[in-house]
Amino acid sequence: MTQTAEAPVTPPPSFRDERVGRKSPLVRFLARPEAGAIAGAIVIYVFFFIIAAPFRNANSFASVLYVTSTYGLMATPVALLMIGGEFDLSAGVAVTSSSLTASLFAYEFTTNAWVGVLVALVLSLFIAFLNGWIVVRTGIPSFLVTLGTFFMLQGLNIALTQTITNQVASPDISTLQGFSSARVVFSGSFTIGGVNIRTSVIYWIVFVLIATWILLRTHIGNWIFSAGGAPIAARAVGVPVARVKIGLFMAVGLMAWFTGMHTLFLFNTIQTSQGVGNEFVYIIAAVVGGCLLTGGYGSAVGAAIGALIFGMVNQGIVYAGWNPDWFQFFVGVLLLGAILLNTFIRRRAEAAA
Amino acid sequence: MHRSRTKAMGIALIAVLALVLAACSATGGKKAADAAAAAANAGTSNSGHANTPRYTVAMITHAAPGDTFWDIIRAGATAAAAKDNITLKYSSNPDPTQQAQLIDDAINSKVNGIAVTDPAPAAICPAVQKARAAGIPVVMFNAGVLNWQQCGGMEYFGQDEAVAGVAAGKRLATAGAKHVLCVLQAQGQVQLEARCAGVKTGLGSEGQMTKLYVNGEDNSAMLSSMTAELTRDKTVDAVITLGAPVALVAIQAIAAAHSTSKLYTFDTNAAEIAKIKSGAVQWAVDQQPYLQGYESVDSLWLYLTNGNVLGGGLTTLTGPAFIDSTNVAQVAAYAQRGTR
Repeated sequence: MTQTAEAPVTPPPSFRDERVGRKSPLVRFLARPEAGAIAGAIVIYVFFFIIAAPFRNANSFASVLYVTSTYGLMATPVALLMIGGEFDLSAGVAVTSSSLTASLFAYEFTTNAWVGVLVALVLSLFIAFLNGWIVVRTGIPSFLVTLGTFFMLQGLNIALTQTITNQVASPDISTLQGFSSARVVFSGSFTIGGVNIRTSVIYWIVFVLIATWILLRTHIGNWIFSAGGAPIAARAVGVPVARVKIGLFMAVGLMAWFTGMHTLFLFNTIQTSQGVGNEFVYIIAAVVGGCLLTGGYGSAVGAAIGALIFGMVNQGIVYAGWNPDWFQFFVGVLLLGAILLNTFIRRRAEAAA
Repeated sequence: MHRSRTKAMGIALIAVLALVLAACSATGGKKAADAAAAAANAGTSNSGHANTPRYTVAMITHAAPGDTFWDIIRAGATAAAAKDNITLKYSSNPDPTQQAQLIDDAINSKVNGIAVTDPAPAAICPAVQKARAAGIPVVMFNAGVLNWQQCGGMEYFGQDEAVAGVAAGKRLATAGAKHVLCVLQAQGQVQLEARCAGVKTGLGSEGQMTKLYVNGEDNSAMLSSMTAELTRDKTVDAVITLGAPVALVAIQAIAAAHSTSKLYTFDTNAAEIAKIKSGAVQWAVDQQPYLQGYESVDSLWLYLTNGNVLGGGLTTLTGPAFIDSTNVAQVAAYAQRGTR
């Protein structure tokens, strides 16, 4: 990774200039942020492949990919935001806010479902903009600002839905015009060779590729790394740090909208309490995938692999038929194991490099 | 740069507003619901209300935010309060310690009566006893059926979850279920565990029961977990969920897993009752939450105005009742307005 903005370590005493030294492809691969996560994902995949017979079935793996995509769609912008040096604790409930906005607006005014979709997009981007704007304007850590918005959105989700509909779930909008076309777009599925794949999986992969391209091939990518790694130096060389950070928050808002639309059109109604706790899953996916909690380092592919590890663990335990009372314990054990392996590989790679 | 962006946002906003005006849906939505409600309410007249003194009643529950079940309890309580000239103060917290704190707050604000659920006696009962010591009548409902008398409640309205579970299990056995999957949407809740245990008892030697825990706060995760379990174990021929929102997701899980399982559930909401009508859900165990909310408030009014105590020291059972194809048509109309 040449994009990391960390200060270079003192070069070891050597006659050869280490900057032009050649490293083996393996060492170069292992030094990438997602290397440890990929190793962890392979170990967990092989593990469940051996112990859980249904896990080997292609349809089961499509189901793993589906739950992964619902986490991964959000983990991607959350990883970018973390590389840019900020957190968004409101990301989980923002998904639900977006679903509720679309659903309540379209239902209450009996509009075409697509109108609700657009209104939700505007609102999601606006909330995300506010998050970013408050963070860059006040300099208060985003952890605290978005903790505030997390509670505010959670409260608004419950209170507004209750006020408008007198219940705590959004009304069924499946009979509205435009619902079926929106379902095809946001929550469709198709069958290839007998395997049913939901389109959210495809969207997820596309968004990961776009995010990777932005990070590694555009100047905005460089700005993101520098805004998170060394904001003062970045500002000094002319990087628009404030706009980059606001933009990253809005990317989270955009994907919260997209994920929210997926959930809404798949399930027709949304409960107001949904999404609470998922913000940590997104952050976990990014961190397992190699993002540093301190910013300036990480990758979008890593976050995708992190989400895949979480998805495989969640589904694999069910496929393995382990005692359900122990479910959460096993999730914790496997995640911790994946993180330990990740850290171990990264240390070895750093020592070798 | 900034000006052009503001302009672009302005144009986007106008475009959205124009769309709103142009794009009304001819089907579904609030318009259709209002029309249906008007049809359902035709012929019923507004009931008058009591001219007894204005009392204040606090209703304090362990409802988790976002659970549709509590909407119906609240609708019942609100209806009784309106009839009985009572000011209803509703509050809830799923954390027992904080729920006990809410009871303390009600005592301090000197309400005339308290209606409370008791999911965790160790935390709730001391607060209930404190209220009784302060001379405030307390009725209990929905949760805490095993020891409401020791706890200090005057009356109890609710369902015995174990009894309901056994009834459901027996009915499943009659329907020929051999392997029942009991889906719990929250781990460690006593009432939910009691239901699954009851189902197991009710099934007896006729069949077996397997438990599955799912994350009730994430529909996609619920869908995937249930799909995984139904793919793993093809011997499952009946799924029973413990809440209406979970049942709605289970319909999709059964389809995704190509399972032939039949679906049954505890508790109801309007969307789920529509699924009983369509045959996607076989039946629902109904504990009649409206009755629980209504009776809790109304019994406090009877006590405050006439000294009446209902139940003779025994639990007043509001369930289990079953909603199936035979009575769903009648119930569906009530569900649409949020009272079943």
